[in-house]
Amino acid sequence: MDKLEQLKTTRADLDDLSAEFSSNEESEEGSKDIKTDVLTINFGPQHPSAHGVFRGVFEVDGEIIVGIEPHIGYLHRCFEKIAEHRTYTQFIPFTDRMDYLSSMLNNWGYVISVEKLADVAVPERAEYLRVIVGELNRIASHLVFLSTAAIEAGALTPYFYYFDERERILWLFEQLCGARFTYNYMRVGGVRVDTPDGWLDDVLAFTERLEKTMVDYDKLLLGNYIFKKRMKGVAPFSAEQALDWGLTGPSLRASGVNYDVRKADPYSVYPRIDFDAVVLYNGDNLDRVIARSQEIIQSINIIKQAVAQIPDGRVYSPGMPRYVTPPPGEAYAHIESSRGDLGFYIISDGSPKPYRVKIQGPSFGNLQVLPAIATGSFFSDAVLIFGTLDAVFGEVDR
Amino acid sequence: MLTSVELVEFAAKNGIPIWALDASIALVLALAVFSLCGLGVIVLVYMERKVSADIQLRLGPTHVGPRGSLQLIADMIKLLSKEDVFPKHADRWLFRLAPALVFIAAFVGLMVIPIGPRLVVQDLSVGLLYVLAIPSIAVAGLIMAGFGSYNKYAMMGGLRAAAQMVSYEVPRALSVIGIVMLAGSAKLSTIVDAQGFWYIFLQPIGFMVFLVSTLAEINRVPFDMPEAESELVHGYSTEYSGMRYAFFLFGEYIALISAAALTVVLFLGGWHGPGPELLGPIWFAIKFFGVVFVIMWVRWTLPRFRIDQVMDLGWKVLLPLALLNILITGIVMSI
Repeated sequence: MDKLEQLKTTRADLDDLSAEFSSNEESEEGSKDIKTDVLTINFGPQHPSAHGVFRGVFEVDGEIIVGIEPHIGYLHRCFEKIAEHRTYTQFIPFTDRMDYLSSMLNNWGYVISVEKLADVAVPERAEYLRVIVGELNRIASHLVFLSTAAIEAGALTPYFYYFDERERILWLFEQLCGARFTYNYMRVGGVRVDTPDGWLDDVLAFTERLEKTMVDYDKLLLGNYIFKKRMKGVAPFSAEQALDWGLTGPSLRASGVNYDVRKADPYSVYPRIDFDAVVLYNGDNLDRVIARSQEIIQSINIIKQAVAQIPDGRVYSPGMPRYVTPPPGEAYAHIESSRGDLGFYIISDGSPKPYRVKIQGPSFGNLQVLPAIATGSFFSDAVLIFGTLDAVFGEVDR
Repeated sequence: MLTSVELVEFAAKNGIPIWALDASIALVLALAVFSLCGLGVIVLVYMERKVSADIQLRLGPTHVGPRGSLQLIADMIKLLSKEDVFPKHADRWLFRLAPALVFIAAFVGLMVIPIGPRLVVQDLSVGLLYVLAIPSIAVAGLIMAGFGSYNKYAMMGGLRAAAQMVSYEVPRALSVIGIVMLAGSAKLSTIVDAQGFWYIFLQPIGFMVFLVSTLAEINRVPFDMPEAESELVHGYSTEYSGMRYAFFLFGEYIALISAAALTVVLFLGGWHGPGPELLGPIWFAIKFFGVVFVIMWVRWTLPRFRIDQVMDLGWKVLLPLALLNILITGIVMSI
């Protein structure tokens, strides 16, 4: 009997306590819920999946992102200002170091603008070589994209397969221009050197190999159930949204906008080559990955045609002066870089040095969409979304 | 080999008290299992590095010792000689205790696993329950590590680990109930002896549920959410370095040993195989390494689930499957 009484009083005490507790809560918070707080996580700039030096201040509610504040500028190297103190040719190596995963394409974007400014004609063979190395570099860059997407999804093995293929491209570039990463290959009025003997055959052999292996790798990564489950439907954005945010490149085409500079504003010898711009319609993470994978196939296609069509002849425009001196004026030219629309706006005052160079890099435009689409997603997915936007910080900060 | 009766008589003759005898036997056995474990960890780490290297078109360790086999020992010497770093605001006691707890929780689970006829430290009659329950202590260790590190990544890793391990304990325990029903015992040696026909064939659903939830229980890919390096740097062990980190590593591999050994005992007929009974441990080892290889193969092939998908899989797929398995087993047995 005693024990029963005792139990009852304990129970009553507990009830009182809880009532008191909840009334306190109500008076202070106006809610019976447990008080939760938002956790602020500083992501980067030394985080393993920060792709270089991205720093994001993530506000996390449990596992859900409620706010992202990207900070950039850790890799700012004043390229635009440096350009004003270098001759036109001297600035080419600096463009290598902007988007360091597609240096050839940066070279190309810059020289094509200077050529437009100075009205320089480029020999046929050089144009074809530019297309070949540009597309090879696009493949290399997309392979890095795919491997990092795999790593961020937690699969470590595809990384090695993709990098094995990329290594072969770097080897080809090394044969061609002596450098594996920062090529400094293109010149105003052509390219620096012609191909070594048999190089084009090596390129063809590589494309044939890659065509076969990409099928296997796509099965391994894109066909994987878990990978699809992680990627499908995550952070989709519509065509309007993508255009509003100024997205370009494969990420834009994954949202259903058919905008490829190679098609929309053709340059070099692209009009003579038959290829398709890859357009997908969901605009989610999975489509952004598939877009890259299919672009690799398109690039192989382009390279094959270019190798078949390439004529013999000079690779450097004859009679180019030692210092390119464009007449006073301004010019803007853009190309389809592996990340999107890469443009150079150059003003000349008639001296051997540019008066002003403004670089419009696609990575910056692609990165700014991150807070808009990653808010509300899982913390793990935010990393994946960041990866699929494919920003290279050398180009964001310049 | 001396039987326990002979030992007790020997002790009585020489005036050794029984408690001292018990203690020394326990100590000897613990040391034996410990050294076997140490050897196992060395072999498994080497195997993991070589298997992953082979899958990833690499060579793996080649320099230290013959074919790189002494690499782990070199690594251990390096880790031992490292400075003992505490994060500035870390809770020192939790931070110190956590690796030990994780290690011990993984280690003591091995005590009831028979690797051959009568080759077991303590053949408990509730061995199965014990071996399923003991690893749960590791959850406390992981939370302590996450909380004690005073690091947000570690904290999230610890919380994820807790959520995941607690969730997957349920389907894991339920998936082996079919076996207990068939064998009529929870004693592991009895379960092995009852397998004239391996339980992997009699309990295919149970096996699948058990294998998947085991992967989640020991935090291997595709369930390595707690240390998801793409977002959490290294999860609960982010702040650890030196020997404390090595203990987490040890704990992880011993958990792997324990999980693989348990799979062999429950589903693959334990030490049974053709040939004399003496070959039992060898058959056990062959099956054990087969299971370990599968687990490593999975780890180096698959991506990682997201935390909500992990929870969905556990509660919405594996748990109903495990219950269905019990139902089917019951119906078949009653027919």
